[in-house]
Amino acid sequence: MSVSISSPGRLTKNLGNWIINLLATFLALLWSVPVIWALIASFRPASDAMSRGDIWFSTSVTLENYLHAWSLAPFRQYYINTIIVVLTILSVQLVTIVLAGFAFSHYKFFGKRWIFFFILLQMMIPTSALLAPNFATIRWMGLFDTRLAIAIPYFGSAFGTFLVQQAFLAVPRDLVDAGIIDGCSWWQLILHVYLPPSIPALVAFSISSVTWHWNEFLWPLIITNSDKSRPLTAGLVRFTQLGEIGAQWSLLTAATLMVIAPLFITFLIFQRRFIQSFLHSGLK
Amino acid sequence: MNKESCTLAPTRTWSPSFIITGACPSMLVNRKVRGIGFFRLAFFHPMVLPMVSAATIWMFFFTPDYGLFNSALRFLGYGGPENWTGNPNMALLAVIIVAIWKNSGYYMIYYLAGLQNLPRSVYDAAALDGANGWQTLWLITFPLLRRTTIFITIVAFIDAFRTIDHIYVLTSGGPSRASAVLLFELWLQRFEYQDIGVSAAITVVFVIVLVAFTVTNFINSERKEA
Repeated sequence: MSVSISSPGRLTKNLGNWIINLLATFLALLWSVPVIWALIASFRPASDAMSRGDIWFSTSVTLENYLHAWSLAPFRQYYINTIIVVLTILSVQLVTIVLAGFAFSHYKFFGKRWIFFFILLQMMIPTSALLAPNFATIRWMGLFDTRLAIAIPYFGSAFGTFLVQQAFLAVPRDLVDAGIIDGCSWWQLILHVYLPPSIPALVAFSISSVTWHWNEFLWPLIITNSDKSRPLTAGLVRFTQLGEIGAQWSLLTAATLMVIAPLFITFLIFQRRFIQSFLHSGLK
Repeated sequence: MNKESCTLAPTRTWSPSFIITGACPSMLVNRKVRGIGFFRLAFFHPMVLPMVSAATIWMFFFTPDYGLFNSALRFLGYGGPENWTGNPNMALLAVIIVAIWKNSGYYMIYYLAGLQNLPRSVYDAAALDGANGWQTLWLITFPLLRRTTIFITIVAFIDAFRTIDHIYVLTSGGPSRASAVLLFELWLQRFEYQDIGVSAAITVVFVIVLVAFTVTNFINSERKEA
């Protein structure tokens, strides 16, 4: 009796599971097509099969596209520029957000709530909205077309300040008091009491900061004008617009993959870390 | 004066589609199935790519005649216009497709986190009351994820406003500005036409819209919470 009642139910449930799994697999495959396609295309010789878009069924594999793309544009210089910009931004940000987060969590001062509110409000205004005024400021400072110019607008981070403030508030007050009684100065408090338990938050922030600025395009495009300061993303777009490239997709995909390779490989290795840090970083 | 409509169109289309593309796969991925790593990788990898790289790859897909996207659509029986990025009616859609592909993984994370924090007991109670899977989804899961949905809507809205990398690569705002959203117009006025006055005006409107949207949303969600 009980079998005859439950088995149709279980049957529909199993069927439902099957449909959902099938759907998930289909979507996942669909989502993977672009990058897999790019990967295959970049290793195919630039023959006429490529120009028709048929790259799937062939056995010829070549590295020629990568070498050719590398020689057509100064990708080495682009790499250096991107790495310098990303590291400059990250190191300055870590200093400013730790200091600001410390001020907002440790001290009481006049207007603290309002100042903090305005910092949070700033999270809602993306830097790209302020392109024009930022451009004017950088020009006035005489920094146009330098790597420093790409980095300057990001030296402070509203989100980072918020993240550090939250992390510092979670540090037990007793621990802080003990530090004060032991005669810690303010920077010793940060270094020995506040920072050690807040490392995970800072790592999460660092991952999203590096990803974000490695991938940033519009601001570097505007503020740079020569290869000596142009980062990878702006370099790639310039590369795609080169006259001799045209519709040579194997070259284009090779260049694209060169640009994404370091970050992408890191992501493959530390997938969970990345996903965790994106989860915590709400509004980058 | 169709700049407003151009900017609003993506946000109107984006947010719901993000919620759909974010919610559905995350429900699928949240289950305990074999090969879960593959699913997570498949949905999450686009979000670490630069938008310009994603757009460069998709540029080929949208190529008329032999592009992969068109070939697939033809295979499914589609016989409509093929030049996606060059057609005023489709350029914006092409740009939106790329954004959905790239960003939905990002929104998915939030739904995943939300799903994993849902109280088990509510589901047990629903099962006792004989709710079927569909009812559980609509009457329990979605209402409980309301805060996540609001948050994702805000983030998707702001993202739609601030990202034009793919538009720059794919359509350059064209044809005849059919895909020029507000930020693209700002860039165009300031750096192509060198019109500092107009670009300053757009900047002010831009900031006001974003702040008004965020503050409204914030007040709204706080009031309902109380």
